[in-house]
This record gives sequence, C-alpha cells and structure tokens, in this order.
Amino acid sequence: MTSLNQALGHDGHAHHDSGEQKVLGFWFYLMTDCILFATAFASYAVLYRNTAGGVSGKDIFELPYVLLETAALLLSSITYGFAMIAGHQGHKRGVLAWLAVTFLFGAAFIGMEVNEFHHLIAEGNGPNVSAFLSSFFGLVGLHGLHVTAGLLWMAVMMFEVIKTGLTGRALTRLNCLSLFWHFLDIVWICVFTVVYLKGVL
Amino acid sequence: MSHAHEHAADHGSVKSYLVGFALSVVLTAIPFWMVMSGNFTRQAATVGIFVLAVVQILVHLKYFLHLHLRDAQGKLNTFSFIFTAMIIVMLVGLSVWIITSADVLMMRAVE
Repeated sequence: MTSLNQALGHDGHAHHDSGEQKVLGFWFYLMTDCILFATAFASYAVLYRNTAGGVSGKDIFELPYVLLETAALLLSSITYGFAMIAGHQGHKRGVLAWLAVTFLFGAAFIGMEVNEFHHLIAEGNGPNVSAFLSSFFGLVGLHGLHVTAGLLWMAVMMFEVIKTGLTGRALTRLNCLSLFWHFLDIVWICVFTVVYLKGVL
Repeated sequence: MSHAHEHAADHGSVKSYLVGFALSVVLTAIPFWMVMSGNFTRQAATVGIFVLAVVQILVHLKYFLHLHLRDAQGKLNTFSFIFTAMIIVMLVGLSVWIITSADVLMMRAVE
C-alpha cells in the first residue's frame, strides 16, 4: 500500500486518497472487464462465418436502427459528463437532472436492443440456431447486461444523492460509474464496427 | 492553485465534453456512411471503419475518460490501459490466427 501511495504521489490527504484509490481500483476492474469483452469478441471473430446454413449478418442487421442505438448511447455519454461537471460544482439538482436524462437515453438503448433481440428470436433466428448467432447474442447481450447494470447503479446513485446529498462518498461513486459508463460506450464502438458494420460489408 | 486547476482539467469541462462529442459524432457518421452508401470497395470500407473506430476510441479515452500523462495517477491509469490493450490484441489476434489456421489445415475453404 505504501508503495502505491508513493507511486500516486500522495502523502498527507488521507480522505482524498481513499477516494482516488477507489477510483483507481475500479479502473483496474474495468481493465479486467476489457479482457472479458475481448474473449467475447475473439469468440465472435472465429465463429461468425459458421452460419450453419442460416442467416448471416448481412441478412439480419439493420444499420439505420444500429445508428439510432449508437446515437442514444453517445448522447448518454455526454449527458453523464454534464452530470459529473454539475457534481464537481456541487449542484445537486443539476446532477439529478442530468443523471435522469442519461438514464432515459440508456434505457432507450436497452429498449431498442431488447426489441432487436425479440424480433430476431421471433423470426426464428435465436441464439440456438448457429454458432454465428450464439456468439452474436453472447457478445451483444454481454454489453447489454453491462448497460443494464449501469442503469441500476445509476438509479441507486440518484437515490443516494437525493437522500445524503453530494458527499465525498457519493462523488467517488459517481466517478466510478462515470468510468463504467464511458467504458461501455467504447465497447459499443467496437461492437458496431466489428459486428454490425463489418457484418453488412 | 495549480493543483486545483489540474484537478478541474482531469474531470473535463463542458467545452472538452462538447469537443469529444462532436468528434465522436463525425467519427461515427463516416464509417456508417462508408458502409451504407456502397461507394467504397469492401476492402477500403473495412480498413476505413477499423481505423476510424480506433481513432474514436482514442477520442473517448481523452475527452470522456480523461486519460492523461500529466501526473503519477494519470500515468498509472494510462499505462494500465496500454497493458490491457496489448493483452487484448494478443488474445483476439492470436485466437483468430490459430483458429483460421486450423480451419485451413482441415481443408475447409476460408471465405
């Protein structure tokens, strides 16, 4: 711990330290999460040609729809940024308002994804049809689950800020969620490039 | 105080978020257009979308995740990311290489 403290260049401010170390620890967790996603991407990359005579990406992906999903997620990224700025300025109502907007964009994204999955399954292109569809549902579903977890976390944070205000603890947690949320947007860039755009090409 | 100033820069300002957002919109619109318009060969579009994805990831890392090299904490974050990125390149790259080679050795046509 001492060497970590020294590496971080901190000596005195114990309270400040613990917050920054939590964020750093959360960052390391995100790095391991990156590797989890990498394994899902690797599975998709080696399996996507195996359609078992069923549909391929070209047949089922609708790019305008994916573009809308991307827009929702990107907008939620910047609105979360505004929530963090309001947080650092101590504007409780600003934080809550921007978090609510972010939550709505995130929920819109998940709603669209669930709708897409529902359509695919209803048309007989469920995850059990081919290796391609299994890895597609696995990869995109993993990202969707993460976003859903982020939404739950966001709802909890809104309650915490309402109940206890913008304490140091709440700000540290909002900081971690900020990393999580922006990280998921980066994963989505990889998803729409590798899965959707490459699939349609 | 310079520390307070640096701190504000770490968390980003309205302006830096807007710059990051504008760049992301452009870097998302171009690859979708490249694929949807059909004006590009398959190869050109493939290279284009992957290059633009990498650029957009860098934009997100700088403007949304505030990775930087100005102090020890920033360096720790950035280098841990670079290390992870290296692992990911090996994990995905080598998996694809191995499985594709196995496919070829098993005399299965690779499209």
